This record gives sequence, C-alpha cells and structure tokens, in this order.
Amino acid sequence: MSRWTPDPSFYPSPRDAARGPAEKLAYVAAFDRSAARPDAIAVLDTDPASPAYGRVVGWTDLPNTGDEVHHFGWNACSSALCPAAPHPHVERRYLIVPGLRSSRVHVYDTQPDPRAPRLVKVIGPEELAERAGYSRPHTVHCGPDGIYLSALGGADGAEGPGGIAILDHTSFEVRRAWEADRGPQFLAYDFWWHLNHDVLVTSEWGTPSMIEDGIVGELLLGRKYGHAIHFWDLATRRHVQRVDLGDAYQMALELRPAHDPTKTHGFAGVVINVEDLSASVWLWHRDGDAWAVTKVIDIPAEPADPADLPALLKPFGAVPPLVTDIDLSVDDRHLYVSCWGTGELRQYDVSDPFHPVQTGSVHLGGIVRRTPHPGFPDEPLAGGPQMVEISRDGRRVYVSNSLYGSWDDQFYPDGVGAWLAKLDVDPDAGGLAPDPRFFPRGEEFRGLRVHQTRLQGGDASSDSYCFP
Amino acid sequence: MTGTTWLALAGLGAFHGLNPAMGWLFAVGRGLQERSRRMLVTALLPIALGHLASVGLVAALVSATRSVVASTTVAIVGGVLLVGFGLWQLLSRQHFRWAGMRPSNAQLAGWSFLMSSAHGAGLMLLPVLLAEPAAAGGHGGHAGHAGQLSAAPAGALPGLAAAGVHTVAMFGVALAAAVAVYEVLGVGVLRRAWFNVDRLWAWVLVVAGVITVVAAAT
Repeated sequence: MSRWTPDPSFYPSPRDAARGPAEKLAYVAAFDRSAARPDAIAVLDTDPASPAYGRVVGWTDLPNTGDEVHHFGWNACSSALCPAAPHPHVERRYLIVPGLRSSRVHVYDTQPDPRAPRLVKVIGPEELAERAGYSRPHTVHCGPDGIYLSALGGADGAEGPGGIAILDHTSFEVRRAWEADRGPQFLAYDFWWHLNHDVLVTSEWGTPSMIEDGIVGELLLGRKYGHAIHFWDLATRRHVQRVDLGDAYQMALELRPAHDPTKTHGFAGVVINVEDLSASVWLWHRDGDAWAVTKVIDIPAEPADPADLPALLKPFGAVPPLVTDIDLSVDDRHLYVSCWGTGELRQYDVSDPFHPVQTGSVHLGGIVRRTPHPGFPDEPLAGGPQMVEISRDGRRVYVSNSLYGSWDDQFYPDGVGAWLAKLDVDPDAGGLAPDPRFFPRGEEFRGLRVHQTRLQGGDASSDSYCFP
Repeated sequence: MTGTTWLALAGLGAFHGLNPAMGWLFAVGRGLQERSRRMLVTALLPIALGHLASVGLVAALVSATRSVVASTTVAIVGGVLLVGFGLWQLLSRQHFRWAGMRPSNAQLAGWSFLMSSAHGAGLMLLPVLLAEPAAAGGHGGHAGHAGQLSAAPAGALPGLAAAGVHTVAMFGVALAAAVAVYEVLGVGVLRRAWFNVDRLWAWVLVVAGVITVVAAAT
C-alpha cells in the first residue's frame, strides 16, 4: 500500500506537472438515463501511437442501477507532497465515484489493470447521512488531510444544507462533515482551495428538489438558484465571507482557482443571467482585507426561431449559452469555457486574469446549430461541449456532451446522444481544433451518456500544488 | 556520557532533521511562497524548538526516573513502549496535519512538538540513554529515600543535555537540507529523493525496543 518513494504522478509544482508524461488513458463517467442498466466507468485510449486510439478500451459496470455518475476524482494527488500534511508515499490509484442521484459513493481500484477498474468499496447513502449529514455527493478533491467530497443535499430527505464530507485517505470511510461553522451557507455545489493560503471556496447550485426533476422555470425566474460564492478558513473550517454575484446571475457552478500556490485568484462560471439569458465568468480576488468578485467574461444569448427551440426556451426566442463548465490550464494561462446551449467551447488567454482575451473557439452541437464534428461532417450533433478536461501540459482538451440527465432532456428533448471530442491546442499561439482521429460516440458508449473525464496520472482539475 | 553516546544522539538528530515531514519541507514551502530565504530560516527555529520540547521531555523523564527507580525496570518498560509505538506507527496510517499553512510561530512550535512526539522522536533516545550508567543518585544504596527523590531533578540534567545535542544536530541537518533544496536542487528533487523515512523509522523503533529489552533482561 505505501511506497518507498513518492508516487511518480505527484508533482511539487504546476511547472513540474506540465512537464510530466502525456496521459495514455482517460476515465469517463457514463450513466444510463433510464436507470434500467448500471452506469459505468468507460476507459478511453488516449495514446496516439496505439491502434485503439480514440476508442473505448475498458468498461466497468457499477454494481447497481440509477446512480447517475457525474463527477469523480482520485484518492490522492500532488497535494500529498504539501508540507502541511505530507504523505507522498500513498498511491494515486483509486477513483472515488459518487452517484449524484443514489448518494452511493464507489471506490474503484485502477490497479493492477488500469483498463479494468475493480470495485473495492461502496459507501452507502446511510453512512454519508449518519456521519456527515449529507446526500447527493458531487465534487471529489484529494485534500492534504483526507478526501473532500461536496454534497448538494441534507440527510434523511432534508433539502439542505449541503456541504462537504471528509473521507479517510486510506479506509475511505466517511469521517464527518467538514464545516465547523457554516455561517449563512445553505446551497452547495463545487469547491476548491488555495492551499497555501488556508482558503477554501464553495459555490451554489440548488437543493435536490430544485434540480432532480429538471430545471424549474418558476424558481429560475424567481431567482432562487444559487448566486453566491463562499470563502472559508481551511484551517479552522469556518465560514469567512459570502460574496453575492447579484440574484440575476443564477447558478454559480464550477470553481477554478489558479494552480500557482502564490496566487489568490480564480474563476467561477455562471450558467445564466435571467435578465438577458447571457452567461458569464467571474474572477474572485483579494480586495484589501476581503474577497471580491469581478465579472470578466460575458457571453450573450443567440437569437433563434422559436420553432427551432425546445418548449422551455420558446417564449424567449433565443438560445442561452449556458456556461456549465469552465477549466483552467495547469499553467494558469488558458481558461476554457463550455457553452452547452450554443454548442461552443471558447478558449481565453487569462495571463491577465482581469482582462481575458479570447484566443480560440470550436463549435460542436448546440440546441439550434447542431454543428457536426469536422471529422464526421454528416452527423449533426446534439448536446454541446460540457465537461472540459485539460491535459497537464495544456496541449489536449477533452469535452463530453451531457449535463445532467433531466436537464439534458429539457434542452435536447429529441435526445442528447453521447460523444466525447478531443481538441488539440497550440499552447503558445493559442487556438484549438478537433482531432479528426478521436471521436468516440453513440454505440461506443453502449447507449449511456457521458459526463466527467479524468486523465490517467492527473489533469488540470484534479491536482493542487503547494510549491510555486 | 561517552563520546559514542554523544555521537549516537547527534546521529539520531541528523536522521530526524533529514526527514522532510519533520519540518524542513514546511520551511522551504514558506520560503518559496514568500520568495524569502529569511522566511525559511525563521520558520525552522520554532520547528526546532518544538522538537527540542518533545525530545527533552522524554529524555528528562527517563534520566530522572532512572535516578530513583531500578534501571532494569526503566529499560524494560521503555523497550516495550518503543516496540508498541513502532508497531502502532507501522499499522496505523494516520496523516497528521499542521495548523494550516500559515501558522503563528507558537502554533508552528506546537505543531512540531506534536509531529515529533507522534513520530516517537524522544522515545528513540531511550536505548542510547539506557545504555549509559545511571546518574550517581540512583546508585546510592546508603542514601535515604528522601535523598533519592531530591536527586531526581539533577538526574534530569543529562537527559536535557542529550536532547539539546540531539536537537542541534537535527536543526543543522534540516537547515542544510532546506537551503540546498531552496537554493540549488529545487523541490523537483522530492519526487525522487523523498524516501519513506516513516516506514523505516517505525522498523527502527521496533528493533531498538527489542534490543533494549533483551539487553536489560540479560
């Protein structure tokens, strides 16, 4: 179990990580919307020299049905080298895979055969409820002193508050709720941290009843979804500050702090502004002794013929961009922004985080556009770039097309399909283009929809670093 | 104490100092974060102080106890403690966490004390201290009971001296390692050179404990 030397996939600094070897495999969460068959972890071959490049080469069914696998993460990562809680002789080998709908958390061992993850543990919803008081587990991050797992709902049918549960690094048992004092926080979604500054950041989506049966129009127009970001003291586990984006900015979801541990800024994506259906990206940063947010990217809605729109959008005559995921490259240079509604992935140079400059764009799918993949021009695509993952060296970007079962059905009522594209990036000049050789889709995923991708050895949203 | 004893104490100190988890890595992190070598050295001082407190406590206790209790008893109890502690270290895989990344100097010293104690740093001095003849007060068969007790505080002195020598060695090596990594090697070296000292350490504790018990019983 414990090694004599550190796991080779742990890197002290983001610079070291960017120089590491390229991933040869990718793990993808795949779920069955009908809950008739088990969800699965699909394994993709990402080695361009391999004859199976771009194909599904491994497949592990979950033990039950109806889990709705969504986000997942590694048991350990580069944060194990952090001097505040050093334990670098553990292995990055287990995938912690929560079922967002079932509240079951699965632990998969990617050894000895990385193409055939083996189930080693299932944490039942009752353990998460009893020990931490949470349900609907979502984001997983490998922390310095345990595995951190965010959850949207409360226990025993309670809507909330959602929060973070701590899992033991080695036994994977749920230890407790992380928060010592949650202040005004009630809604939960994503979280991440600035480890060297003892800062944890959380965002807000909605409670289980607000999301599980689809987006609720009245709640959205009533501005009831989350629209604030919370800052916490990571060492004392206390709430420090709530920063409101304004209630027009509904659903502040993904949080991407700078990987450089000396920095204290990061980006948050907001799905929709209910006043004009635009989407936005916000920068959080220090302002004197407090935290502040500044809107740095605004993406307008695209006008459309109501006849081309799903029922939900007909009254508006426009397609909202729906920024549902963002991702920051390990060198903190490029920010990728998914516009799941309009079917676009944008690349911004955020070297100056206050003034992003758009450097690239790729269209795939979209509610109205249905742009095909350039390698397969005869296949109009449903869904759009959604979950984004970036390789550590920043040269490859992977996007999958499903958002969340019931929401897929509302925005793409004739079927969202399943596809996963790889885009090649020119990290120096900027710009990105789809790789014509890499486009697993449809039957390759056996009728399941695809959500988050995790790259072997770590990726841009998995690892935290404590050395600049 | 003999020259060999002092050398052994210093050697153990150097071994502790070399372990990144015992403090110097934290100092390097602070230095890199603030881009200041001064910060690195400043962080190491409270860390050494905490280590000294942890080791000194055990060492003083041992030598003071030896001046009043039969040394065989101390040796056997100490040896058993060592074995037990080593086994616990091997079998449990707790990850200790500092008081965050921005502790005050007092918190830093306190953390170092806990980390050193959790690693059994002071216990490791047991075999070395027990190999020494006990302080004079303990041999006084002719002295009364009160005399023995009053000898205890003075009996603690060799223990404190031992802890001092040990800590100076620990600090020197930790400082050298920290500065080398900060100035020359870079943190990338951790990926290759960070040997799992904890696991080795636990075995050393067990073996040292067994030797102590056997030596005392024969």
